[in-house]
Amino acid sequence: MRALSASPSPLSALNRGPLAYVLLTAYLLLTSVLLLTNTRTSLGTDILFILFLLGFLLIYRARVAGLYKLALGAIMLLAIVPYFGAQNAYYIELAIQAGIFVALALGLNVVVGFAGLLDLGYVAFFAVGAYLWGIFSTDQAGQFLPGFTPLPAESFYLFLALGLFVGAFFGALLGLPVLRLRGDYLAIVTLGLGEVIRVLAVNLDRPVNITNGSQGIKSVARPPLPEVMRTLLPGLNDPQLYQLLIYLMALLVVGLSVFVVYRLKNSRIGRAWEAIREDETAAIAMGIPLVRMKLLAFAVGASFAGAMGVLFAAKQQFINPPTFDLLRSIGILSMVILGGMGSIPGAILGGMLVTLLDLQILPRIATELGALKRQGVVIPDWFDPAQYQRALFGLLLIIMMIFRPEGILPDQRRSEEMHAGAPARPSGQPDQSN
Amino acid sequence: MLLDAQHVTKTFGGLVAVNDVSLTVEPGSIVSVIGPNGAGKTTFFNVLTGIYKPTSGRILFDGAEITGLRPDQITQRGIARTFQNIRLFNNMTVLENVLVGMHGRLHAGLWGSLFLTPAVRAEEQSARKRAFELLAFVGLERKHSELAKNLPYGDQRRLEIARAMATQPKLILLDEPTAGMNPQETGEAIHLIRRLRDELGITVILIEHDMRVVMTISERVTVLDYGAKIAEGKPEEIRNNPQVIEAYLGRGAVVA
Repeated sequence: MRALSASPSPLSALNRGPLAYVLLTAYLLLTSVLLLTNTRTSLGTDILFILFLLGFLLIYRARVAGLYKLALGAIMLLAIVPYFGAQNAYYIELAIQAGIFVALALGLNVVVGFAGLLDLGYVAFFAVGAYLWGIFSTDQAGQFLPGFTPLPAESFYLFLALGLFVGAFFGALLGLPVLRLRGDYLAIVTLGLGEVIRVLAVNLDRPVNITNGSQGIKSVARPPLPEVMRTLLPGLNDPQLYQLLIYLMALLVVGLSVFVVYRLKNSRIGRAWEAIREDETAAIAMGIPLVRMKLLAFAVGASFAGAMGVLFAAKQQFINPPTFDLLRSIGILSMVILGGMGSIPGAILGGMLVTLLDLQILPRIATELGALKRQGVVIPDWFDPAQYQRALFGLLLIIMMIFRPEGILPDQRRSEEMHAGAPARPSGQPDQSN
Repeated sequence: MLLDAQHVTKTFGGLVAVNDVSLTVEPGSIVSVIGPNGAGKTTFFNVLTGIYKPTSGRILFDGAEITGLRPDQITQRGIARTFQNIRLFNNMTVLENVLVGMHGRLHAGLWGSLFLTPAVRAEEQSARKRAFELLAFVGLERKHSELAKNLPYGDQRRLEIARAMATQPKLILLDEPTAGMNPQETGEAIHLIRRLRDELGITVILIEHDMRVVMTISERVTVLDYGAKIAEGKPEEIRNNPQVIEAYLGRGAVVA
């Protein structure tokens, strides 16, 4: 990205020619080996895990052949992470969570980043996907469909695909009432609609029990373990294999999402979204049908959330409404913004980073502070580190927005917008209005 | 008759912005709409292009009624426009701005774009080729990868015209194409507008304040004042029309 490469740093000398290959490979090898030899959950392993994940960023930024990047990434995602995860369930859980939120961030990035439609109710589509599988894979559906028996676990794969379409359908449906709105108004209405979905999940247990209300749905089916996994990995027990399967499924959905957003961004449709984001009036005057293109953005964005919802329900085996609250929508939005609005690598990084901060880094800081306190280091009693996790996260967001408002890996255009020093019209040209 | 606006009225609450204006435009002509500030010229353009729906009246284009159609549908029928206060997609490149203009003439849909079918690839390539041709026509082909907002003012005006041309219009509406230009830039703009008609056969309607421009290139001139049409005719007729002089300079000017 230009923002970073514009200033030649001493590091750029290392990122050149064969040296780039050697250093990148050495780094990945070193972190992988260290990680695989330190699998016990500890501060050290946490740091190693983060250093290991930093390898993805290095792969992305390194000046090496694309095919080589792909091979390295594939080895890390398909061999090292699962192998490490099999040793320590906590880290594969982290990887799965990161995968889920990366896909959500990619989806929301289509709506907010590409088309410029600020959506604060995005988690609704995640909920729709989760309830879709939750209801039909348990006897919950029998509550309102007489004679219905839970679908076999095999239909998970069908539902994963169905989640895409149901998500898209709801995306377009909730998009309909907000088509005429822009900016702040749009944000408020989507916020409201997102809450409506959550409140429906809470209250649709009467008169007909569809969602089982605030008690949620238990014993959601997991996808069946393919026999081939058992034969290939005889050393692993069933819980480990299940986690591995979910991890691979999450990877699949993320891969699909990346493919879709990348293709769309560089297409006639992506251009139309961008034009709408820049100037709606000019866009429609250039023949872009606003309604259709906005609905498409809502639908495409929501489709990933729908599919990930199905996977989420299968992973948790239990879903209830509080999972899908406004804070979750805001969390996903902060991933998009932190990573860089409109940027695909940014959304991936944002999704990973926020998830890690939330589930690993901040709790780890709290634990370590707690340990120090027990050892007699003076930390005042009123300061309970665990309670201040969210404050630390908020502080990070504030610092980011002040010093790097365009995000960590910004889309080049967005970066230009944020640092727009030069006015579109040179000064001295009067804005003649009729 | 390419364009036939009949008794078009547009009111905003109690304000009559356009009052019973009729305008006919022959194919292949260049006509101007002039009038003092606030006369309703831009509102009239916005009605023609569908941004506003007329309160009453009809608009026929190329033999078919377009009254009440959406702006994108009207663009699809063959009316393109530029804006008075330049509305480029500032953070897109020059080339992309033109490509956006082609949106309605391309067919790549969701699935085609996802799977990058041979048809979509071919379409995208020919779109780029045509975009470069249009940029060459307005003299911007070498700046194709610059962001629109970084172009000098005159180039931004040209790019707006290229973008409008990308919609493959039969009629182009130019809203003050020479506003804020120096005499040399104005001369180039006049030349470009002539070429639109002479080389590409596009019919042109322009709103213009610069009387030298109006008198140089228009074949017919329509004058609006307070939303109503007060005169219409050849440039030399308009130049000497006392009502027009009065509208522009006040009653005293006619007496003097």
